[in-house]
Amino acid sequence: MLKWLRLTTTALAVGGCSGPLSTLDTAGSAAASIATLWWAMLAGAAILTVLVMTLLALAFRRRPTPAPGGTRLWIGGLGVAMPSTVLLVLLGFALALGEQTIARKAAGVVVVEASAHQWYWDFRHPGMAGEIVTRDVLHIPAGRPVDLRLEAHDVIHSFWVPRLAGKMDAIPGHVNVIRIDAKEPGRFEGQCAEFCGLGHAGHRFRVVAHDAAGWTAFQRGEQP
Amino acid sequence: MSALSRHRALTAIWGSPRGWRGTVSSVNHSDIGRRFILAAFAFFAIGGVLAMLIRAQLATPGSAFVGPEIYNQLFTMHGSIMMFLFAIPMFEGLALYLLPKMLGSRDMAFPRLSAYGWWCYVFGGSILIAALALGVAPDSGWFMYTPLSSKAYTPGINADVWLLGITFVEISAVSAAIEITVSILRLRAPGMRLDRMPLLAWYLLVTALMMVVAFPPLILGSILLEVERAFGWPFFDPLRGGSPLLWQHLFWLFGHPEVYIIFLPAAGVVSTVLPVMARTRILGYGWIVAALLALAFLSFGLWVHHMFTTGIPHMALGFFSAASALVAVPTALQIFAWIGTLWKGRPELKLPMLYLLGFFVIFVLGGLTGVMLAMVPFDWQAHDTHFVVAHLHYVLVGGFVFPMLAGAYYWLPHFTGRARIPLLGEAAFWLILIGFNLTFFLMHLTGLLGMPRRIYTYPSDMGWTWLNLLSSVGSFIMAFGFAMFAVDVALQIFLSRRARRNPWGAHTLEWAMPLPAPAYNFASQPRVADGEPLAADPDLPLRLARGEGYLAEIRHGWRETMAVDVTTGAVDHVIILPGNTRLPIITALATGCFFLALLFGFYWLAPLPLVAVTVLGWRWAWTLGWREEIGPVPIGAGETALTHREAAGAPGWWGSVFLLVADGTLLGSLLFGYAFLWVVAPNWPPPELIAAGLPQGAVAALAALAGTVLTRLAASAGVAGNNAASSRWASLAVGAQAVVIAALLWLGLAELPAPTGHAYAASSWAMIAYGVLHAFIALLCAAFIRARIASGHIRKGRVLETSVAQLFGDYAGLATWLILACVLAPLVLA
Repeated sequence: MLKWLRLTTTALAVGGCSGPLSTLDTAGSAAASIATLWWAMLAGAAILTVLVMTLLALAFRRRPTPAPGGTRLWIGGLGVAMPSTVLLVLLGFALALGEQTIARKAAGVVVVEASAHQWYWDFRHPGMAGEIVTRDVLHIPAGRPVDLRLEAHDVIHSFWVPRLAGKMDAIPGHVNVIRIDAKEPGRFEGQCAEFCGLGHAGHRFRVVAHDAAGWTAFQRGEQP
Repeated sequence: MSALSRHRALTAIWGSPRGWRGTVSSVNHSDIGRRFILAAFAFFAIGGVLAMLIRAQLATPGSAFVGPEIYNQLFTMHGSIMMFLFAIPMFEGLALYLLPKMLGSRDMAFPRLSAYGWWCYVFGGSILIAALALGVAPDSGWFMYTPLSSKAYTPGINADVWLLGITFVEISAVSAAIEITVSILRLRAPGMRLDRMPLLAWYLLVTALMMVVAFPPLILGSILLEVERAFGWPFFDPLRGGSPLLWQHLFWLFGHPEVYIIFLPAAGVVSTVLPVMARTRILGYGWIVAALLALAFLSFGLWVHHMFTTGIPHMALGFFSAASALVAVPTALQIFAWIGTLWKGRPELKLPMLYLLGFFVIFVLGGLTGVMLAMVPFDWQAHDTHFVVAHLHYVLVGGFVFPMLAGAYYWLPHFTGRARIPLLGEAAFWLILIGFNLTFFLMHLTGLLGMPRRIYTYPSDMGWTWLNLLSSVGSFIMAFGFAMFAVDVALQIFLSRRARRNPWGAHTLEWAMPLPAPAYNFASQPRVADGEPLAADPDLPLRLARGEGYLAEIRHGWRETMAVDVTTGAVDHVIILPGNTRLPIITALATGCFFLALLFGFYWLAPLPLVAVTVLGWRWAWTLGWREEIGPVPIGAGETALTHREAAGAPGWWGSVFLLVADGTLLGSLLFGYAFLWVVAPNWPPPELIAAGLPQGAVAALAALAGTVLTRLAASAGVAGNNAASSRWASLAVGAQAVVIAALLWLGLAELPAPTGHAYAASSWAMIAYGVLHAFIALLCAAFIRARIASGHIRKGRVLETSVAQLFGDYAGLATWLILACVLAPLVLA
């Protein structure tokens, strides 16, 4: 089922769901599992919509005597039992998925400090000879988990690279951590997702995912 | 007395004078309700125009139509207007107009309060619209997140307009909530047990109770943020021990229940209109009531789903995610109860039914996307994108606007006494339905393709261009639909033919009166023995007009209506309501002056209108009551009952209880904020804590206890007829409350650090201020008792005023103790 869904995802991504900020054109593992969750929920929602609309339409057909069905069917069955079951399954699935994506201790995690400002981002990467600081461009190694420690220096911002993972707020006075990864080397667009004043629309950044050689070069301080 | 002469006599008592005198002095619920509805629709039109400007800007990439300065004002005001100036007032108007009629009553419990709420709403709303016209409208989003909305990042007046204007408007929301609650619980036709109430009354009761506890957190948050902006008390500033997250918690603690507060009245309209359209009774009345109670309870446990991306631990999010999903169950229960009702009956596709079908289609989709957003990982992607914009419009337009349009066409004959002009309403329906879906269905995809909310423009290479253009086209089609609806209503009011008395063949009591409704509703009040009174007794309207029900007799020019036992609906007492007066508008003007003084920074001037409000409030209470002996009065059918001043549990007492519940929620939110900052905010512990103050604390605590006990003694002596003793105790209570005020201020000034230094000191000072204010209110209550004894209003058996004073005395004592415990805790624990 999941494999089938993934295939459909790819097919749809090619035909219309792609874009620099598309959450459906995934390139990271967190974004990929969330997209799978989305397609599964969309299928379920479509079935439920058809069910409700059919029942609604059937109420208007001409009939000699009032149709059967009392509170037991309509309220006990369709109103309580059916949604409870669906929601329980969905909740379990989503909770497990969320547990997988959060930043836990693991080997080989790269940690980058990100600080958000009106209206730019500073990233502090681990380099061979101390920190490497860049503005509005985040460098990561492809295929490895990266934890971003998010801080904000003025108002609340939100770190979001839709093709790689979900978003996390950068809040003044608090430090939040989000884990991202890029499966392949490439360039991915990021956008501030929390309204942060006049420059919010243009509060964007870019993620460069390097292959192993590129990452080593970056850490040595060579400009890519 | 003939039916016609009774009609004339009652109209003279309950009606309002013609012209502007009537406009400024009317307290009649039908007048106020109609005004609320018309004004809310006017604000809806303004909010709609803002939405069209937003869609014009977003129609094409890189548009130069407006810049971010204007755009930020547009979306902030669109959201704020639709929430605070349209949705809530629209339901308040519907409730004010309909509730007494459906409950078989002649007015709401506190007519002057309805009028006061109305004027606060109009004046507060006008402040917001004036700011919009002058280009200084709020621009930090309708959610006003700090620090963006704090002084450093919004130095202008914009944020103050929101904080003060919306708080001013919320006075009307809280007063409506209290009034609706008390009216439903007490002011029904005799015999109308709780389980015989029309379902809409249940929906409104649950909504009003939710408002009583949902609005105080936002009011508190707005006060704290305004105090931070005006005086630099750093509740939300992380550098000085505040936390931006505190604002988010307070805001969404209100903001999520708010969604259900908007949805439930509209769902109540569905539950009322749909069975009539299907010519049957609703399926599962008891189940629906249970679902409402569950919904109300759950809706307070899921505010954090607006904060899934703020870094709260995932397992904690799991709890709120489950609660958010669970809330779909009572909603689904109602959906299937409605569909089951259609199956049970013989539904006819009249215009209200058409709008209900639109409601089903749109609201079901909005509910399903709501469940999706309740799943934490999906929300991490969809949060703050146009997917959420689509979802919330599906829920709010589907769940509020469509049922309200159905309700509008259903009850318009009641408002106007006229029938509809055919076909125009159908055309408007299709335009709104098609336009709405074109606008918002596509937005789901725009959001999934990564378009964030609240951006004023976007580049052309994002893949959003066509979607946005189509959304904009759809929004204009929808706007034409709403314009057509307005034209249709205007034509019906001015041109159409008269309607029959009960055009839909409905069975609830609002149709048991001539159309348009007379000012007094019922010439005599019915005795109700069935959930659908007109089904059981089709001749009821005639018999009521002939005076065969309760309170047909007219005496002393009194506005009389029956009060019943809360659960059984048995006759309890007769309420004599206050008549037309200009006190509400004058008090609202004084209140408005207070808000304007704060808005323009004339802080030295602000105490003046506060004194005026206090004096007016005193007068408000003083003008009621009488000195003469009344005793039991005949109410018809050979029965007698006491009047409300002599009966226990009069509306004034109930209203005070619910006011104190709201007030207690405000205090609870303040204590929550204090604890939250201790635990979560950065830069704690504070550099300077309270170092001493036990003596002052002990004095305040003892005086608070004395104030409570003395007020109780004064109350019981007053009711027993022992005037001299009561007067003496009341004087002593005034003295005790004065000592509380002095001791609290002394404690603060002598021992607390300055409030501008750290959020710890600021929140301690906020608690002290709360205690001082409530001791002062209790002082006024005790002084009022003393004055009323001297004037002869309080005499043996008159329980109302003393019982209210006792409530406020008890509450002030309790609040002072709680506050002292919290303020002195660092000292005691150290």
